[in-house]
This record gives sequence, structure tokens and C-alpha cells, in this order.
Amino acid sequence: MTAAVAEYPRAGGASLKRNRRWALFTSYFFLILFAIFFLTPPYYMIVTSLKSDAEVAHLASNPWIIANGVTLEQYRLLFRETDFLIYFKNTVIVTLCVVTITMVVSVLAAFSLSRMRFWGSGILATGIFLTYLIPDTLLFIPLFQIVRGLGLLNSYWSMVLVYPTLTVPFCTWIMIGYFQSIPKELDEAALIDGAGHMQMLLKIFIPVALPGIIAATIFAFTVSWAAFVYPIAFLFSADQQVLTVGTVTSLIKADVYKWGMLMAGALVAAAPPLIVYAFLMDYYIAGLTAGATKG
Amino acid sequence: MADVALRDVVKRFDEVEAVRNISLNIPDSEFVVLVGPSGCGKSTTLRMIAGLEEVTEGEILIGGNVVNDVPPKDRDIAMVFQNYALYPHMTVFENMSFGLRLRRTPKAEIRARVEQAAKILDITELLDRRPKQLSGGQRQRVAMGRAIVRNPKVFLFDEPLSNLDAKLRVQMRTEIKRVHQKVKTTTVYVTHDQVEAMTLADRVVVMNGGRIEQIGRPHDLYHRPKTHFVAGFIGSPAMNFLPARLQPNGEALMLRLSPELAFPVPPAHAARYRPSVGKDLIFGLRPEHITEPRGEERDPRYEFSMTVDVIEPMGMETMVFFTVHGKEVCARVEPTAAKPPGQPIRLYANLNHMHLIDPATESVL
Repeated sequence: MTAAVAEYPRAGGASLKRNRRWALFTSYFFLILFAIFFLTPPYYMIVTSLKSDAEVAHLASNPWIIANGVTLEQYRLLFRETDFLIYFKNTVIVTLCVVTITMVVSVLAAFSLSRMRFWGSGILATGIFLTYLIPDTLLFIPLFQIVRGLGLLNSYWSMVLVYPTLTVPFCTWIMIGYFQSIPKELDEAALIDGAGHMQMLLKIFIPVALPGIIAATIFAFTVSWAAFVYPIAFLFSADQQVLTVGTVTSLIKADVYKWGMLMAGALVAAAPPLIVYAFLMDYYIAGLTAGATKG
Repeated sequence: MADVALRDVVKRFDEVEAVRNISLNIPDSEFVVLVGPSGCGKSTTLRMIAGLEEVTEGEILIGGNVVNDVPPKDRDIAMVFQNYALYPHMTVFENMSFGLRLRRTPKAEIRARVEQAAKILDITELLDRRPKQLSGGQRQRVAMGRAIVRNPKVFLFDEPLSNLDAKLRVQMRTEIKRVHQKVKTTTVYVTHDQVEAMTLADRVVVMNGGRIEQIGRPHDLYHRPKTHFVAGFIGSPAMNFLPARLQPNGEALMLRLSPELAFPVPPAHAARYRPSVGKDLIFGLRPEHITEPRGEERDPRYEFSMTVDVIEPMGMETMVFFTVHGKEVCARVEPTAAKPPGQPIRLYANLNHMHLIDPATESVL
């Protein structure tokens, strides 16, 4: 009896160890598989952007390696010979404005919808989210009329006007969830301590909900940085164009693709989101999962 | 410091009446505990005093002024919440000084007041920490510190010890009493724990179904409950209740609890109970008044034998449970006098402490 009792945990322990080893092995296998899958396109872009046009066009060469030496010629041409820097500047202006507008509107909206009891606040909150479900490919037709009516056609300021129709609903929704996860007693304590609604928002809600706000900021940033449908519909001239559409329209001439510069442009355009994500990834994940369970 | 008064206060949430016409006067410096089961309206009453809920009808006065329409920040009150409600992004010092900073109190004064409050609560070394670095008891002290630092007219406590473990709850209970003895601020304290209410309060307000059942000193509530509810709610283990009938027995009265069990009513109570002869009544007796026969002067007419159902040894004493006419009854006996389940036990009922309740009015006779 004693021997059986003594042996039982050992057998269990060995099986647990074996299970864990299998779990680790399977995890690593799939992680490596997915890493290869997702890193292949950026690798291809880097390699292509560091090749000369001649090597890119040479059909017999191996597209995965640089055979004729590394060159920064594509980047030099991109910055000197195209309007890439103008697109970049326009995108930065549009993105900064959109992120600022989005965060101001959605933080205020979420605070009032989650904390101030007023008639129809619940329906309004759901309504805001529903507007996010309408795809921009449907919205751009009526928005075209509005933008033209305002005289903003072919001006990047029209992007500052239309991008928030995508970003505000979703960011408000994220923030409502986040604010609702903040215990009600916290605002009551602040109220008794002497805080007004604005002080409560600025001194309690925003600092406490910072992960949620950062998640919403990243979302707004990504949407306005990477949007394609609206700029292609509303912007025509190079001096008003943004990165996504500008890079494609200036580097693809009918059936002539300037692959080297396209890859260099795509890489430079992807750098800011990459940097933002790398620094704020932890906050982003915390923000998206917060409020999912009662913490 | 100030007195607090509630005059015919009613609170309705749509159709539901949570607080039904309650009136209460709390003199300056008094420690009043509102106690009752969940949903009895005690927290709602406290929140109305705080200004976190609007009063549907009636008046609330703090320091003689009607505060029905005064916002919480202008009522000069401080509140301690069940879940502490500490600001998670601020240090203990910042948490405690938040109210003072909003009121633009000079920095030197803020520091002095926070340090003094921290000293009272023995949390001086925690001032630079954030709430998540504190234990439950420490967080509760900080929450109290945040209230003390403001030097308010009234302290409001909303079940502040419910989130703590049993041992810490007892410690913090003493701490709250010690703080009140030092600062002497008028205090309204809400709890569902009658032990907390009895140990802390100058006066206890027992609430049930949105109404005040009884207001009184802990000793009075325990020994002279006015209603069936108060008799059953105050005391742990709870008072035993058995259906009973009074029968005339010459000049005296007999209390019949079952066909086999009847006791003579002590002469001191007989005159009071005589009008209720023949009525269906509820007999109430606390477990500590059912013991093993003790002392020399005991009256053998109050001794009886029962078969033990369950025993609960508590160390100092043992709870013995038995059944009378289908109802469970608890007795408190010396550990040496307890018998194992299934065995007969000889017990003594001290009917000098008996209560009789009229089931029609639910009031104690």
C-alpha cells in the first residue's frame, strides 16, 4: 500500500513532464512556422529594396538573396526623385490631427456614456458602435458629396474630417468598456473629496484608464496611417496625397512597377507604426482585454 | 463636528421603495451603526446622507442645515467604502491629500495633516507606496486616513470591513473604535454584521425592509428587543424561537412548548403575560440561557432532558443542538457537560430571560 502510494506521484510526475515537453515542442513548432510565414514578406521587401533595378529585373537571379552587392540607391531615388517626403509629411499631419480629435471626442463621449446617467445613454452607446460596422467602401460615396460640399475635395484636410468617422466609434467603444471597468466607488470617492466631473475625468479616469487610452490611440493611429479607400477617392494631386496611395500611384506607372522603390517606400512607411507598436504593445494588449472580466 | 438628522426620509427607485419613512437623530460625536440584512435600505440611507443618492421625500440635516440639495463635496463629510476606493495611480500620500489639494489647502498644512493622520493610523512608513503594494488591512487604514485628513463634520462608513479576513476584521474593528475615541467625529457606520454593530456602536439602528425596527444601545437591543426581527437578528448564535401557549395554573402561568415540555412562567413575568393566556405565541430564549444545570439555588421545575442532535465545540463552551416538537434549539453548555450526538442530556432553561412574541404584530410582549 505504502509502495503504491509512493510510486503513484512519481508516475504522475513523469507523465506531467512528458506532457509539458510535448506542449512546449508543439508550441515552438507552430510559433516558428508562423514567424516564418509572417516575416517572409518583410524580408522580401528588405532584400528587394537593397537591390539595384537591374538585379530586380533580372529574371534569372534568385529573388531571396542579394547577389550583386547591397545598394541604397532605391532609398536615394525614393527621397530625391519622388514626392515621397511630401506624402510622408501629409500623412504625419493627418495622423496627428486625427489621433488628437479622436481621443478628445471619444474620451469625453465614453466618459459621459459610461458614467453620466441620462435618458437614452445605453441606446446611444450601442448606436455609436453600430456606425463602426458600416464599411468605408459604402460610406465613401455619401462622404464624397459632403467633402465636395465643404470644398475640401483634393485637400488632405478632408482626411482629418473623414477618418474620425472610422476611429471615433471604435475608440469610444473601447473606452466605454474601460471606463465601465473602473469601480463606481472611485468616482464617488472623488465626488466626496470635492472633484467636479472634469477634475474626475482628468485626475482619476484618464490616469487609471491609461492602458485603454493608449490602445485606442494606437488604433486611431493605425487607421489613419494605413487608410486607402478615402485618400484614393478624395485626393488627386501629389502635393495633397498621403503615403498609402501616393507611394502606389507614383511608383506604379500602368504596367511598369518600380519594385525596388516600392519596397523601400513600403518599409519606410511601415516604420512609424512598427516603432509605436514595439513600445506600446503591452499597453495595447492590456487595453483590449481590460473589462472583459470583472477585475 | 456636527449632528445629523433624518426626518421622514423616503427613497424610491422607480416603483421600489428602498427606504420607508425613517427618522433618526444622531447627536454630535455619536457613533451610530445601521445594521440589517441585505436590501434593508441601510446603505441607501448612508448614501443619501453622503449625497450620492437623491432623497425622494423628507429632509436630511447636517449641523442643523438641510442638505437635500447640497452636493457631496459641500456637505463636509468623508466616506470609507467597502472596496476602499483608493486611487490606484496615486501614492498613499497623494490619496490622502487629494481632497485637500482640490480645496487648494496650503502645501505645508497638507503635509502636516497627512502626517498627523498617518501617525494616528500607524501608516507613516507607507506614505510613498501605491495601493497595490499594500495589504487589505493597510488599504483600509489608508481609506480611513483619507477620511480623517479632511477633518470632516461626519464620517460615513459603508461596510468597510467586509472585504477583510476574520482576524483582520477584529483588529480593524478595534482600530476604528480607537480612532473614533481620538477624533470624536460624528460617525454613521453601515454593516450587516451584528457583532460589528454591537461592538462599535454607541447606538445601533436595526433596519429591515426599508424601515427602522429599533434604535437603542447595544445592551438594550440584546436584552430588550422590541420586535421578533430584532430578537432574532441580534445575538450569535441567534435566539431560539418555539411556538408556545400560556395556560393558567392557579395563580401562576404555565408555558407549554410541546405536549411533553412545559415550564412555569417566573412570577416576575406573570402579570405582564397574563392578558395573552390562550393565544398562540412565540417563545424566545437565547442559547446562553439554556445550559447544563448549574449552582445550588436552581429550580428543578426548569430542568429537562433532551437527546443531542449535533454538538459544536467552540473551546470555551460547546453548542448543543436538539429538537423540540420539530424545531431546532441551541443550548450553550460547559465543554465537560456536553454529550455526544444521540445521547440524552440534562439541561436547564433560565426563563428569567425569556421573551414572548405576538405572531400577529411581530412585537415582543
